[in-house]
Amino acid sequence: MSTRPYAAARRTLSVVDKLYEVNWGLVLLITVIACVGIAMQYSVAGGSFTPWATPQIWKYMLGLTILVVVAMVDIRVWLDFAYPAYAVALLLLIAVVIAGHVGKGAERWLTLGGLGVQPSEIMKISLVLALARFLHGQSVEDISRPTRLLTALAMIGIPAVFVVLQPNLGTTLIILADGASLLFLAGLSWWWIGPALASVAVAVPTLWQFVLHDYQKRRVLTFLDPESDALGAGWNITQAKIAIGSGGATGKGFLQGTQSRLNFLPEKQTDFIFTNFGEEFGFVGCVALLILFGVVIGYGFQIANNARSQFGRLLAMGITLNFFFYIMINAAMVMGLIPVVGIPMPLISYGGSAMFSVMFGFGLLMSVHVHRQVEIPRHSGGII
Amino acid sequence: MPLFDGKDKSRYASFTRRSLGLTGGMAAVFAVLTGRLYQLQIRNGAQYRTQAEENRVNQRLIAPPRGRIIDRFGVELANNRRNYRVLIVAEQAADGVEQALDAISKVILLTDAQKKRVLRDVGANRKFVPVPVAENLSWEEFARINMHLPYLAGVQPDVGQTRDYPFGAEMVHVLGYVGAVSVGDKKDDDDPLLDLPGFRVGKTGIEKAYDAQVRGTAGSSRVEVNAYGRVIRELSRDQGVPGQDVWLTIDCELQRFTDQRLGTESASCCVLDAQTGDVLTLSSTPGYDPNLFNVGIKQNQLDTLTYDDHKPLINKALSGAYPPGSTFKPAMALAAVQNGLKDLRVNCNGAMTLGNHQFHCWKRGGHGTVDLERGIAQSCDVFFYEVARRLGIDKMEVAARALGLGAPTGIELPHESGGFIPSAAWKVQRYGIPWQQGESLVTGIGQGYVLTTPMQLATMAARIASGRAVSPRIVHSIGGKAEPRPLPDPLPFSGEAFTLVRAGMNAVVNGGGTASRWRIAQPGMEMAGKTGTAQVRRITKEERATGVKSNASLDWKLRDHVLFIAYAPVEQPRYALACIVEHGSAEGHPQVEIARDVLTFAQQRDPLARRPAYPANAAMRGLPTLLGGQG
Repeated sequence: MSTRPYAAARRTLSVVDKLYEVNWGLVLLITVIACVGIAMQYSVAGGSFTPWATPQIWKYMLGLTILVVVAMVDIRVWLDFAYPAYAVALLLLIAVVIAGHVGKGAERWLTLGGLGVQPSEIMKISLVLALARFLHGQSVEDISRPTRLLTALAMIGIPAVFVVLQPNLGTTLIILADGASLLFLAGLSWWWIGPALASVAVAVPTLWQFVLHDYQKRRVLTFLDPESDALGAGWNITQAKIAIGSGGATGKGFLQGTQSRLNFLPEKQTDFIFTNFGEEFGFVGCVALLILFGVVIGYGFQIANNARSQFGRLLAMGITLNFFFYIMINAAMVMGLIPVVGIPMPLISYGGSAMFSVMFGFGLLMSVHVHRQVEIPRHSGGII
Repeated sequence: MPLFDGKDKSRYASFTRRSLGLTGGMAAVFAVLTGRLYQLQIRNGAQYRTQAEENRVNQRLIAPPRGRIIDRFGVELANNRRNYRVLIVAEQAADGVEQALDAISKVILLTDAQKKRVLRDVGANRKFVPVPVAENLSWEEFARINMHLPYLAGVQPDVGQTRDYPFGAEMVHVLGYVGAVSVGDKKDDDDPLLDLPGFRVGKTGIEKAYDAQVRGTAGSSRVEVNAYGRVIRELSRDQGVPGQDVWLTIDCELQRFTDQRLGTESASCCVLDAQTGDVLTLSSTPGYDPNLFNVGIKQNQLDTLTYDDHKPLINKALSGAYPPGSTFKPAMALAAVQNGLKDLRVNCNGAMTLGNHQFHCWKRGGHGTVDLERGIAQSCDVFFYEVARRLGIDKMEVAARALGLGAPTGIELPHESGGFIPSAAWKVQRYGIPWQQGESLVTGIGQGYVLTTPMQLATMAARIASGRAVSPRIVHSIGGKAEPRPLPDPLPFSGEAFTLVRAGMNAVVNGGGTASRWRIAQPGMEMAGKTGTAQVRRITKEERATGVKSNASLDWKLRDHVLFIAYAPVEQPRYALACIVEHGSAEGHPQVEIARDVLTFAQQRDPLARRPAYPANAAMRGLPTLLGGQG
């Protein structure tokens, strides 16, 4: 053992120190947003804690515990865990794709010990961890070397392929966006970025022709002209826009949204929860919620830039961007700006898998914050 | 190798720059999202709000109660009764719909066809929509269903409204009936009520003529529905405007008496107020039960009505066009006096020869010398041949039309025939050959081309009795507002003409004439009239030579129609009547007997002397000072 990583730390923190170091303001902010989500779960159930609000409360409590526990774990431990976590996530992803092919049709869930697990959710976090670790070891010059770059691209591309095979277009897009953002943050040369953007422009028609499933194409086509199929596939988009639009400036008031209560909204408690929020709280409410999200992102930016380790910086910014991509895709989808791709609104939508993955991410972000003074050499292998 | 070198510093700077750039990008995306929210919620908010309301709110029509039809004394001829029915809601039938239907059929009678229809309707509707199982149940059946309700899951007893005709067949030709909306009904009518399941519209009679007034205006119930159409709650309710009541001039008692008096004959009898034209009775027998058409008539029932040789579906009073026969003669007599033939005397020897053709009198031996009064009283054909020969068809036509023949009377009922009065011009136009004098002669005794309806004949009787151009009116007021009824104009005949013709008609009954066996003996109630016979077969020369067959010996279908017009009392006539019995010719004059009984009953009951119960009268009583102030 040539280098003891602890030697690089200015000081070693006790658990109490770490709890003191947690940015409780951010935790409070996240809790406020989660409470908005719980209120929405209560509302779409017609003013009832069942069947969604109460489980959502428990899921959030569990998520909060995950956040704090993850935040307590030393950032160098996460550095060590990055590759194994990525490997496990990849195996699960492969398993689910195989299971899906053995079974019939789309399969995104694996049942492990009675719990439904969505490997693609695990992969999003694991990829950020693993890429942050890999890029931590590269100087700006190293990143732009073809071998290094190819390695990074493989790390992004392999899970992306398996996720798109599930098929899950939304998560694939988030994985690609996460990966690309981290490469960009790590200092990838503009000489690579320019041609990459150009090739994306070429790739889109290719994807359309050879990769997208029929139902995915239909979603895109329906998105482009929702009224062409107002009672079929366009129903979702049309009704979602009606819900948000009918909220007007100040909304119809809590529990007064008719679109969801009367079941005009599809997936009202999950992917389309934001439409109910828009209907009940209007433009003012929506902008306020976006501002809350924006402040969370601002915290993430601040935490990233205050971290002393490149791993911490990349991890914090990666997690923040992942959170942002969720919001962007979900909001744009329900407002009819992009096709329906099946991405939940973080902290608001009902569902355990997404909640835990988001809270785990915030835990990592908080760990970066708590261990912001920890310096990790470029060639360090972590604690173990 | 040092732990940190310059490369670390440089990449930190790069990270800060690029993370700042990405965060700016995120802020830009949020700005775009906010812009989209502004577009959806502020710019197009009102439009989306409307769409959300349209999503949410369903308008459900409420059928208003149909206006009643009431006779002059307030007797309800058509009203609405409770319709006890049983509905089934598929999703509440725990053991399935078929199971539930079996359970119901143990309580009330349910045919297999009904069950099949219910299963079909259940399949065609959403599971929470109530589907009718049985309608128009008796109270007893309904009570049984209610008693068994705890064991009938998914079954809903319900009380609706349906049209009811308490007098059934006796009033059907006045009232008509209501039935399900047809495609034709919807053609010129965009009333949303017509699309309401189970809604009924007037198909004939008053129900059809005044459908718009008795129908009322649709009410509506605004209900909140969910995405699957299930009603969540009622938001608001507008009861609509109930249909208006229609008050008729009919006297239900007199009409029922008349109907019963006509019995099983294929016949018609109309009684008018001779001075105003108010229709007291419009009878056409046989009738049929209008309630059948409301609840849905079965094909075999309809066939029975359609193929009956007494034609119950036809309103003979208005749609039946018959040769008037000798009842036409008073009209010819008026024309004769008006044209200077009041002192005409004709020697009747049983026939009149015109060219090489013999025109026979009904009396083989002839009437001897006949003047106008006797010509009417004895119904001498030869006398009226001579009148017709002298007048010519055009003057005859003018007189007939002045008395209300040859055109619809304008009574407020549908399907009225105009009858027919020929003219020289018509003959040329129709057949391309000129009018023959022989045709005038035949027309003079009410045969040939002439056709009249019983209502026209009653109108003619009223016009002769009153001397005014009265027209039959059957509707007095609608929704409490009296229909305007101008005083009829005087007819273009001289007073002398009327006096002479009335004397002739008096003599028919009271002066030893053709109807003298059926005079009304009560003083002050005497009637005057004119008999008539309309042949429905041709009498050949050979038959005439061997002796005309008596009607009694002929098949019913070949017997003559018999007619009678009358008014009473002779002095100051108030009731005018026309009666026709199809193929009724027999020993005696059954139609005169009927007319005598009807007029006797009418004068004894005297509906015209009683105060009618019209709501318009009540309104008039409320304005005494306005009307009486100047007096």
